[in-house]
Amino acid sequence: MEGELVQPAPEETPRDANPANVGLELFGYVGIEAVLDQMRIKTMKTGFEFNLMVVGQSGLGKSTMVNTLFKSKVSRKPTGPGYEERIPKTVQLQSITHVIEEKGVKMKLTVTDTPGFGDQINNENCWDPIIKYINEQYEKYLREEILISRKRKIPDTRVHSCVYFVPPTGHWLRPLDLEFMRRLSKIVNMVPVIAKADTLTLEERAEFKKRVRGLGRESVYPQEDFDDNSDDRILNNKIRDKIPFAVVGADKEHQVNGKRILGRKTKWGIIEVENPAHCEFPLLRDLLIRSHLQDLKDITHNVHYESYRMQRLNESNRLALSPINGLLGKDEVESDL
Amino acid sequence: MAAAEIARQVGEGCRTVPLSGHVGFDSLPDQLVNKSVNHGFCFNILCVGETGLGKSTLMDTLFNTKFEGETASHSQPGVQLKSSTYDLQESNVGLKLTVVGTVGFGDQINKEDSYKPIVEFIDAQFEAYLQEELKIKRVLHNFHDSRIHACLYFIAPTGHSLKSLDLVTMKKLDSKVNIIPIIAKSDAISKSELTKFKIKITSELVSNGVQIYQFPTDDESVAEINGTMNAHLPFAVIGSTEELKIGNKMMKARQYPWGTVQVENEAHCDFVKLREMLIRVNMEDLREQTHTRHYELYRRCKLEEMGFKDTDPDSKPFSLQETYEAKRNEFLGELQKKEEEMRQMFVQRVKEKEAELKEAEKELHEKFDRLKKLHQDEKKKLEDKKKSLDDEVNAFKQRKTAAELLQSQAQQAGGSQTLKREKERKN
Repeated sequence: MEGELVQPAPEETPRDANPANVGLELFGYVGIEAVLDQMRIKTMKTGFEFNLMVVGQSGLGKSTMVNTLFKSKVSRKPTGPGYEERIPKTVQLQSITHVIEEKGVKMKLTVTDTPGFGDQINNENCWDPIIKYINEQYEKYLREEILISRKRKIPDTRVHSCVYFVPPTGHWLRPLDLEFMRRLSKIVNMVPVIAKADTLTLEERAEFKKRVRGLGRESVYPQEDFDDNSDDRILNNKIRDKIPFAVVGADKEHQVNGKRILGRKTKWGIIEVENPAHCEFPLLRDLLIRSHLQDLKDITHNVHYESYRMQRLNESNRLALSPINGLLGKDEVESDL
Repeated sequence: MAAAEIARQVGEGCRTVPLSGHVGFDSLPDQLVNKSVNHGFCFNILCVGETGLGKSTLMDTLFNTKFEGETASHSQPGVQLKSSTYDLQESNVGLKLTVVGTVGFGDQINKEDSYKPIVEFIDAQFEAYLQEELKIKRVLHNFHDSRIHACLYFIAPTGHSLKSLDLVTMKKLDSKVNIIPIIAKSDAISKSELTKFKIKITSELVSNGVQIYQFPTDDESVAEINGTMNAHLPFAVIGSTEELKIGNKMMKARQYPWGTVQVENEAHCDFVKLREMLIRVNMEDLREQTHTRHYELYRRCKLEEMGFKDTDPDSKPFSLQETYEAKRNEFLGELQKKEEEMRQMFVQRVKEKEAELKEAEKELHEKFDRLKKLHQDEKKKLEDKKKSLDDEVNAFKQRKTAAELLQSQAQQAGGSQTLKREKERKN
């Protein structure tokens, strides 16, 4: 038959063993690494998207934390006189989108807030609207993906990371916290933080973390199963040791030692938000933004979205009697869409 | 300008917020690049051209290495594609390079179907990717992408115009792959002939509507260089892996009695331009074009051909699912009908066979009866004979006894007579 191709040469297998001489030796400079620059230019042109969700009871400082993270008034909390913050009767989800730019890198940031979570007397199933929202975003993406004529760049509204605020009781995680974290870590990257950590002394903080850490460690971000290589594992282990981060949020600047620093001013001192000795906010910021942002997006896309897609396609296929291999010509395809 | 693009994507209700300090997400492109480096890149080149135009040599020269493979003969019965994959590493970037070459292209007497294996090969790669994408349980991010990112079309240096085989093949390939035409073995053409040749080629391509790959000019950093390069297409290249000493440096060159042609000299040939464009400036763009344009086109055509279509936007999702179900029911219906037919035929045949067998059985019975009758007749005859024989034997026995009796009587009588005579004598 014409057009038959010969199997790829097995040169790659033995040469994989020697990383210094992988594949074939290049006799001179070719310029392959210029592809990195090309990629950089392209991604800077298209921009990035990041969707963050903050969950926690009211009054734990969620909006302040987001403002501190992104150093801008991303979450607007009106503080005029006569304004009363009304706690909604059911959990609502509010999404606000902003575009922020830094050094030529544009990011479309969407913050989803959940007022009303855990605020009622009976909090059963208060996580349902949140789970529904997250699944809706997956659904939207899935629908775009299976169109015949797809858009060039599918708009990504999937929640990349969910920051869960644990109240600083100093004792244990409450049943609500446990339930929520258990359910949601299956569908989204969960980063738990201890909110308003300035009410805990360092020893209390360590105690609390120790108690909290044993429960549900395996499912919070960064998940152990997705460490790519040993370097990642070392780095992630360091992070995992510190989870949950004890954070303090502040969006006011104060004068400390002649410098303007973000912090909370109290009668007994100023808590510097960015000082690692005072609170672990820098760690959270580094995790979310500086080092693991792309990883968060990748895990959302490759793991959580894929499992949602698999589940969705399987359940709409429950009527399948047997694999039909006539349409696509492959035995393993149980169904396509 | 770039902000406008984001704003366009964003829609209403999105405003730009100024930052009051350093947040740190400017490291995002670096994070992305690092991840890609860890993952590795892959690049697939297809070299199409007649045998002997220097395709393998050019690949060796381009990537500064020696790819293995023997030279092809001219007596191939049909066009075949030979693909080989190599792992190249430069500093920390790993590239999985796949080079596919045509074997026997343009060697046959009848070249009408020469383009078909190539088109089939390219489609097969798209198909493999599509299959993986449509699976329920898929591993797309670890999938070895074998789709062809660039096709280097080698034009023979005749100096006149494109051959009709070239035109036909390029026309078939231009919607499936990024075509970069190059003039091979261009040391056979003089400079003035070369300019005329290039103009002729470009005008022929334009007049036939062949869409070759244009280097992208929308990004400022590369717009200028790409723009000038676009004007130099098709590149006239020379490939050589031999290094000769020229001046006091070792360079790749070809030596002739009348002079030496240096491969990397821009005045001699366009090799440097090709390398710049293909690898150093536009590799990523080639991959992106393949994925977003050619692959999407293939996918759309394939899915439409299978009968799926997007219904209006507010219909239920998974309209593909419904179409699929409908198709499957149809298929099942057909299957059932076929089964019925087969069953009918089967029953019929069985009946026929049964009738035949019954006939045979009847015959056998008849034969048996006949034979039995014969047998009985024979038996009867034999018995009759036996009876008559017995009768004869009895009769014979009787006569025998009668005869013996007579004899004994006769003897007695004779004895008594002799006795009587002896008595008389005595007296």
